[in-house]
Amino acid sequence: MSTELFFVQLINGIQYGLLLFLIASGLTLVFGVMGILNLAHGSMYMVGAYLVWYFVAVTGSFTASALLSAAIALGLGILIERLLIQRLYNRNHLDQVLLTIGMIFVFNSLQSILWGNDPYGVAVPEALSGSVPFTDNSSYPVYRIFAALICIAIAVALYFVVSKTRLGMLIRAGESNREMVEALGVNIKSLYTIVFAIGVMLAAVSGIIAAPMRSIVPGMGESVLITCFVVVVIGGMGSIKGAFVGALMVGIISTFATVLMPTLSNMIIYIFMILVLLVKPQGLFAK
Amino acid sequence: MNPIKTLASTALATTLAAGLSTSALAAAGDPVKIGVMLPFSGIYAQLGEAGRDGLRLALKQRVDQLHGAEIEFVELDTEAKPSRAPELASSLLNQHKADFVIGPVHSGVAMGMIKMLRGKDTIMIIPNAGSAAATGPLCSPNVFRTSFSSWQPSYPMGKVALDKGYKKVYAISWNYGMGRESLDAFAESFEAGGGEIVEKVLLPFPSTNFQSHVSDIADEQPDAVFTFFAGGGAIKFAKDYDAMGLRGKIPLLGSGFLTEGTLEAQGPAAEGIMTGLHYAEQLDIPENHEFREAFNTEYGHYPDIYAVQGYDAGQAIADTIDQLEGDISDKQAVISTMEKLTIDSPRGAFTFSRAHNPIQNIYLREVKDGVNVVQTVAAQALEDPARGCKI
Repeated sequence: MSTELFFVQLINGIQYGLLLFLIASGLTLVFGVMGILNLAHGSMYMVGAYLVWYFVAVTGSFTASALLSAAIALGLGILIERLLIQRLYNRNHLDQVLLTIGMIFVFNSLQSILWGNDPYGVAVPEALSGSVPFTDNSSYPVYRIFAALICIAIAVALYFVVSKTRLGMLIRAGESNREMVEALGVNIKSLYTIVFAIGVMLAAVSGIIAAPMRSIVPGMGESVLITCFVVVVIGGMGSIKGAFVGALMVGIISTFATVLMPTLSNMIIYIFMILVLLVKPQGLFAK
Repeated sequence: MNPIKTLASTALATTLAAGLSTSALAAAGDPVKIGVMLPFSGIYAQLGEAGRDGLRLALKQRVDQLHGAEIEFVELDTEAKPSRAPELASSLLNQHKADFVIGPVHSGVAMGMIKMLRGKDTIMIIPNAGSAAATGPLCSPNVFRTSFSSWQPSYPMGKVALDKGYKKVYAISWNYGMGRESLDAFAESFEAGGGEIVEKVLLPFPSTNFQSHVSDIADEQPDAVFTFFAGGGAIKFAKDYDAMGLRGKIPLLGSGFLTEGTLEAQGPAAEGIMTGLHYAEQLDIPENHEFREAFNTEYGHYPDIYAVQGYDAGQAIADTIDQLEGDISDKQAVISTMEKLTIDSPRGAFTFSRAHNPIQNIYLREVKDGVNVVQTVAAQALEDPARGCKI
């Protein structure tokens, strides 16, 4: 591998890692910080991609469609939390698994009924459709650079909110002792609704950002779900910083693995996860 | 998750029986049972529905040739899950006593069905699954195929690449039957003519993380790239290839599924892709025009290749019943009649090889303005070598 190709692949890895972080960030928030095991997280990613595809087809504007889809996802998150998730805070993880697996089936069927089973694609918005020359032989698409920047911005915002603000403190306090926080006069019910809905919205936003780069197909949610859990587990439960580092590691490792040993590439990140857990059983940045 | 959908549709059978003739009286009482094993849910649902619609259209159009035989459909949803195939095939065979079984879409399901149906009296007609084994080592007198073998669309592309002056080709696909067989078929004719495969990459199915390989191709600078990808993977590959600035610089060739049912989603990224396939929607022959209009009248949208393949399965059944004057009780007679058929397909007429795979033209198509435009006939009446077939 030439030095030039090495750097191109490194950029590919970082860019993939950043997108992984964005998908995993909502999961970290809900699973890691709130302690809710939401297996339907991947479905929210799918919902985001399908919504933006649908609205782009209707309105023709990517920006408007993206904002509209994100808003719908936020509403959907509130609805799911209020109607379903809220009943399961005091139950064990297995009950949550049962409910959220059921939600995967419901969302997959809804997708099939509403939008059919054809594969779809979203065109890259006009303003971001160019590419910048990269090496002698290849260029790098502007949209991918834009997507990476959005991911970094969301990462910074999330880290700041969870670890530096009063809201973040309440969320973390609620995770460790729900009753005590309630006793201190905090309306933890609405707080959790908001956090869960933001988690759903983050998953949908990653689906929206990814839509022009990926194909929109049935089952797209499940394929990212497992990778996201790997990211969260490697980084350490509940740590935004951990999810960020974990996502970049998984992104870079799997990119190089795909080039150097394509047939084994699917296995490599799991082997990496096992190695991390052997050394640090709680993940890299667990508290 | 999906309950087995058993829809024995007697409604159509009644309409078919309406045109009573004298010979119909003899045949009446014993309807022709057609078991349909296609995916009606899951990732291949669209393909299954298209195949079923094509099949029904053919039998509806040819009511007059059925000599009064009633047709009864039994539809089972395979969900494209190989593990369900033996159980469903067995129920069509033993419980429903189907005369014909049409299916499946997915090659894995085909293996499970063949295991059950091979050598039995029920005639199996495959309207899609391209696995080489079905008309190769596992071929059987009662198994026919109206679609293609994985070898057929890719083999002629090796010669196409040589004719265009490409010497070094980068080959990439998924590491599963159809992917491996497609790359091998391409390499077979390409290397025989002096071409060189500089890199052969097999990715785990259904991974669509192509970005790093597209970078690799940019670095390697081959004369051309050959691929087999389908569905969502085909869309993603074409878009990644375009986004890295390779489109227009390094020609992209493929087995036809790279640009089937995906062109709208691929958009401008598909322009210029050259593929080989046994059909093209724009194919300018009367059979194709008639079929497309009839299908649109019936279902309100234009058919795709999967509908063509289902339609031809229906035509094979109708022609056989016609030639046997409505009496299909002797299965040996049914098989020997089917073997000799010439099917007037929308893709152009085809006959069956000794292994019961279509001997058909493969067209070279190039995407222009979002349409697969037929360039030439890449291979005339191409017959699959049927390696390992003992009949």
